[in-house]
Parts: sequence; C-alpha cells; structure tokens
Amino acid sequence: MKRTTVDLWVGVFVTAGIVALLVLALKVGNATSVSASDGYLVFGNFQNIGGLKPRAPVKSAGVVVGRVEGIAFDDQKFAAKVTMRLSNAYKFPKDTSASILTSGLLGEQYIGLDAGGDTANLKQGDEIKLTQSAVVLEKIIGQFLYGKASEGGGAK
Amino acid sequence: MIGSLDSSLRHIGHKVVDGVWKLGAIARFSWYVLARSGESARRVQLTLNEIYFSGTLSLIIIIVSGLFVGLVLGLQGYETLKRYGSAEALGTLVALALVRELGPVVSALLFASRAGSAITAKIGIMKSTEQLSAMEMMAVDPFARVLSPIFWGGVISMPLLAAIFSAMGIFGGYLIGVVIIGVDSGAFWSQMQANVDLRDDIWNGVIKSFVFGVAVTLIALFEGYDTPPTAEGVSYAVTRTVVTSALVILALDFVLTSFMFTGV
Repeated sequence: MKRTTVDLWVGVFVTAGIVALLVLALKVGNATSVSASDGYLVFGNFQNIGGLKPRAPVKSAGVVVGRVEGIAFDDQKFAAKVTMRLSNAYKFPKDTSASILTSGLLGEQYIGLDAGGDTANLKQGDEIKLTQSAVVLEKIIGQFLYGKASEGGGAK
Repeated sequence: MIGSLDSSLRHIGHKVVDGVWKLGAIARFSWYVLARSGESARRVQLTLNEIYFSGTLSLIIIIVSGLFVGLVLGLQGYETLKRYGSAEALGTLVALALVRELGPVVSALLFASRAGSAITAKIGIMKSTEQLSAMEMMAVDPFARVLSPIFWGGVISMPLLAAIFSAMGIFGGYLIGVVIIGVDSGAFWSQMQANVDLRDDIWNGVIKSFVFGVAVTLIALFEGYDTPPTAEGVSYAVTRTVVTSALVILALDFVLTSFMFTGV
C-alpha cells in the first residue's frame, strides 16, 4: 500500500490524541490505585458519618488501603451502614477499629483503620464492630458553650 | 386587526412546520450517512484525508487555546483557593474543570468554528456547483464517497482533540501553579490523582466529546447539503452551522452533565 504524507500527519495526530488520553488516565486520574472491583467488602455501623461520601478513601496509617463502596441507613439500628472495599493486598485483624476522620481543617473526610490484636483476619462480609463517628462541629461548639455556661454558673 | 393576527399566526405555524420538517430531514440525512459508512470504511484513505483535514489541521488552535485556558484557570483558581488556604487543591480544580467541562465543550466549540464551518462551505459549494449531482450521474454515491468519510473523520478527531486540549490545559495549570507561583508539585499531582476518577470524570469527558463530535459534524454536513445553491445561501449555511453547533453543544452538555454527574 502506498504511503502518503497525509498518513504521516494523521498518524502524528492520532498518536498525540492517544498519548493525551493516556496521560489523563494515568497521570491525572486514579487508574493506578485500588480499582473498583478488586478487594473484599467489610462494613461498619456508625452513629454519624458527617460528610463522608462514597468513594472516599479508607486509610490505615495514612496509606490508602481501600475505598468507601456505599453508604446506607439501617432503620433497625438507626445508624449509618458504611460498606468499604479493602484491597486484597492488605489484611486486617478482626478487632480492627474504624473512625471517620477529616484530612486538614476543611479537607475531605475519610475512614481511618486502626489494627487490633486479634489473630483472625477480616474476611469478605465481616463487620467492623469498633467504630467511631465523625466529629460534628456543631456538637463540639454546643458542648463547649454548655461547659462554659455551667462553669460561669458555678462561679457565681 | 384580524388580518394581521391571521398572518402572524400563519407565520408562527409556518416556522413550526418548517422546524419539524427540518428535524425529519436531519434524521433521514443522518440515517443515509450512517448507512453508507460501510462502503466508505472499505476506502480508509478517504476517511484518513478527512481526519487530516478536521483533526491534524485543528491541532495548533486546540493546543494553543488549551494551554491558555489552563494558564488562566491556574491563575484564577490560585487567587480564589488562596483565600481559603487550600492552594494545594489547585491541581484538582484545574483537572476537574478541564476534564469534565472545558475540555470537551471548548474544543467542540473551536472544532465547530474551525472544521465545521469549512465542512459546510465545502459541501455547500459542491452542491451549488452541482458536483454532487455530477457524481450521482456517474453512479458514484456522494454519501459514500464524500459525506460519510467526513462524518467519521470528525467523529474520530473530536475525542482526540478534546483529550489533547485537556492535557495541554493541565500542563498550563501546572506551569502557572507549580513553576511560576510555587504550589507544591507533589500536592498538586497527588490531590489531582486522588480526586479525578478514571470512569466518572475522564471517561465521561470522552463520551461527551464523542457526542459533540457526532452532533457538530452532522450539523455541518446537513447545513452544507441543505444549502440553497447560491453564494449567499452558502454564506448563510456556514453561519447557521456555527450558531446551531454552538447552541446544540451547550444544550447537549447540560443534558449529558445532568445524566452523568448526579448527586454525590
């Protein structure tokens, strides 16, 4: 087949486009991190999840080990049921505790896992029993004001 | 009084009927273009020529405008984010704005005014100088020989152009944010990677630009094919292509966005 200069330029263009797509996928997107269908599911019940969102990171010691898969309301326990997908590469003891933390003052919320001492590991479908809810700013301010008020009352 | 009411009603009715008629004609036209794609796929060279024309030749304007949009986003984003003490989120802001919206939309608008107008002018002049009729006389199907390759050239070029636009824009944001202003390079990239999702953001952007490519190329082809065979007709058709494409791109963008980014 005869090659023309148009072929060359179309080749340059298509290559540039595909390179741009790859750059977007690998450098900009999170294609290399924990993928959506890889890993095992565990869940935990939280009294209050604050501003936690699906796909928020699950971190342990600051390392992303999974993502929040889904959030639902359990109307038997009146608590939020958070499903997490943890990477197969990491095993956690059964008595691992989960708490909802915030990165920075205004940052996004994530779930922090603290490993316990159990010898058995969490498996697909297990529940994380020890959970700590998100810190809600209004509650802290409320407690602070309440504390101040009772202090003031005691002094008089 | 009754007479003027009558004539204005008549006028409105005529416009509506005309619009519906045109919509039907576009649908039939699109069907012809798609139906003849098989024949034009057997002659790849024709489509390659069109990719060269609407893709490669649009590269310069896409690269330069992408870079400048990125530079502006970097500056404006930094000024705003600095107030909230979260200048590190600049990477996320630039990348999400470009990949989700600006990349597909602005490159589609540029594509409509650069390649779309040229397609309409080309087809319009072929129509008015009766080159298309001449082809039919020689038993060459103009849909398979001319229109379908142009359509596929545009549809293939558009997502690639949008990707190049977004990549250049992010590079521009990096230049301003990291190289000139001095936002931390690690935070710039890692925040971006943590918040840009491959499927939700990048893939949806590609789908958007593909849809825009189909819309712009079909409008450009149809306006050219439908033009009255006069010099004035061609000039009106080119104007209509750019105006209609811009409106359709923005309207489609709203519809697609409301489908893709719901809640969360």
